[in-house]
Amino acid sequence: MGQLLALDALLDARQVWQGRGASLPGSTQSTGWPALDAALPIGGWPEHALTEILLPADGIGELQLVLPTLARLTQAARSVMVIAPPYLPYAPGWEARGVVMAWVDIVQADERDVLWAAEQCLRSGSCAAVLAWPLQADDRALRRLQVAADTGKALAFVFRDHRHAVQASPAALRLELESEPSLRVQVRKCRGGHPPARAVPLAAGWS
Amino acid sequence: MSWACLLLPQLALDGVLRRRPPSDEPLVLVSGPAQARIVHAANASARAAGLYRGQRLAAAQALLSQFTMVEHDAEEEARWHRLLAAWAYRYSGEVGLFAHAVVLQVSRSLNLFGPWPRFEALLRADLKELGFRHRIALAPTAQAAYVLAGVHDGMAVMTPDALRHALSPIPVARARLPAEAAQGLSAMGIRALGQLFALPRAGLQRRFGSGLVMQIDRLLGDEPAPMESYRPPDTFEQRMEWTHEIEQVEALVFPLRRLTGDLSAYLAGRDGGVQRFELELEHRSGPPTHVTVGMLTAGRDAALLFDCARGRLERLVLPQAVVAMRLVARDLPPFVPAGRDLFDTRPAHAVPLDQLRERLRARLGEASIQHLRRTVDPRPEFAQTTTTGVAAVGVAALPRPTWLLETPQPLRGPAPTILAGPERIETGWWDGGDMRRDYYVVRTAQGQCAWVFCAPGEQGGWMLHGWFA
Repeated sequence: MGQLLALDALLDARQVWQGRGASLPGSTQSTGWPALDAALPIGGWPEHALTEILLPADGIGELQLVLPTLARLTQAARSVMVIAPPYLPYAPGWEARGVVMAWVDIVQADERDVLWAAEQCLRSGSCAAVLAWPLQADDRALRRLQVAADTGKALAFVFRDHRHAVQASPAALRLELESEPSLRVQVRKCRGGHPPARAVPLAAGWS
Repeated sequence: MSWACLLLPQLALDGVLRRRPPSDEPLVLVSGPAQARIVHAANASARAAGLYRGQRLAAAQALLSQFTMVEHDAEEEARWHRLLAAWAYRYSGEVGLFAHAVVLQVSRSLNLFGPWPRFEALLRADLKELGFRHRIALAPTAQAAYVLAGVHDGMAVMTPDALRHALSPIPVARARLPAEAAQGLSAMGIRALGQLFALPRAGLQRRFGSGLVMQIDRLLGDEPAPMESYRPPDTFEQRMEWTHEIEQVEALVFPLRRLTGDLSAYLAGRDGGVQRFELELEHRSGPPTHVTVGMLTAGRDAALLFDCARGRLERLVLPQAVVAMRLVARDLPPFVPAGRDLFDTRPAHAVPLDQLRERLRARLGEASIQHLRRTVDPRPEFAQTTTTGVAAVGVAALPRPTWLLETPQPLRGPAPTILAGPERIETGWWDGGDMRRDYYVVRTAQGQCAWVFCAPGEQGGWMLHGWFA
């Protein structure tokens, strides 16, 4: 008799294809959007993993998607890093959505250092979430972030242009934002199940 | 009273060895005049080849063809001695310097650092980390601890009765008595301290003078020993010099780790921290290169100091090869350790947030990390600041965007749809930054919600100021 392995652990590792989808442990990181939680197989953000958010243009509603999560984390006194944002985060607007700005660190980094800084923050294990806007990120760079997020047990969000949607990505969750006819989010890839076919509507950013 | 003695048998040699990367090559310290050079100290591999302290250099060279020679520097040895005293000061308020040894009064420290075996292990671990070979002994008097450390490493004597018993078999020659007295005693046939203690005091005083009797009394604790207590200096300065030139920044990392480690040990002794320190890289000619390392808050963790300094150093382009490096810390503010929650959910191996911020600042620049704070100013440009202070309370009731453009830009594209507005902001008379604008929330053709303004009452010539992202 060699070593005893729990059947559950083997199934959770998902190395055996079973025909039907094995149920994954649910996520404890709610997105703050009930409709989106319901559409995702694990019911929230993938924990300790990379989420890629694809945008047709800046300012479309990308912060709207993550601000409920940031509000929940900062209110629980967890640190959030915002790395190389395309514009200045506007404190009155963030605070109106419940974010405690004292727990938000804004890191100004130039193009070459964005991925390095994001990896350092994720790997450190002292940040709850890391938001990054890399301009150039290839498959390898994203995989590094995915591993770093796993090491540091943090939520990683990477915001990229939607033309990268055709490239393969190691991210655990890929969301694409659409603005026409109204703000919607389309799940392109998700762990633990098939992506839902229908887009999930989000409330517009200003209301 | 209990005194611990940390005897440093190879202080000068360890001081030289710790500034070079570990290696097994034979190395000796030489001293003496040019005509009669002698081996002052030899490392393990040189001793294995038959070299010993006090040997003529010519004889040493005859035994071993290849070894590194370093000139012995008495001043440097004294500096290492003081550094160790500064380190020991963290464990005891009363620290004294003996030749090749540091003594510290530990009766009160034992309450804080645990029973002697644990405390001893703590001292040994620190000394090993600092790179100094050592022998430790504990005795009721400083003088006795000094003698015992020379004979038995790790000996601990707690009571005066046991002390007399422990000292008795020690040879007179190794009891650190005045030299002429030790010689005279052995000529009289007195070999061990026990025999000496048995001799009548009056006779000893007549024969050897009061010096020997006083020394015996101090050894046994019958008379208090006056000792100058060590006081740590207010600034830290440490210098490392190499025999070769270093041209690559990467090669400076090893000595840097030693220097920052020493700084950390010194700060722990003072219970202080450091917020700014300077590295001075000396060159063969020309002025030295200065590197200032500044941190957000005072810290003293060796890894943090090393990380910060290394980040600054790696961005440096060396104009010339470096022959020596000096670390100077003048400003030593009090250190407030960061508290950690008992029920902290972060992983145990997490890098502290401060250390992470320092690491980012070291590479990305001093001003790369900002915290935003809301102010009471109604003008959008001044409604937040990165300076420290008290944040405004209350939440704005009016719609405010989440992204702000640092300078407003004209809104291009087809005419937007107005979703809300106008909100007139007309203020700023007190500092000359007057503004008179009507703000609207509009929806662009691409579907973005924008915060735009125009001249009062116009609804045209839109200027984009933010996004409701």
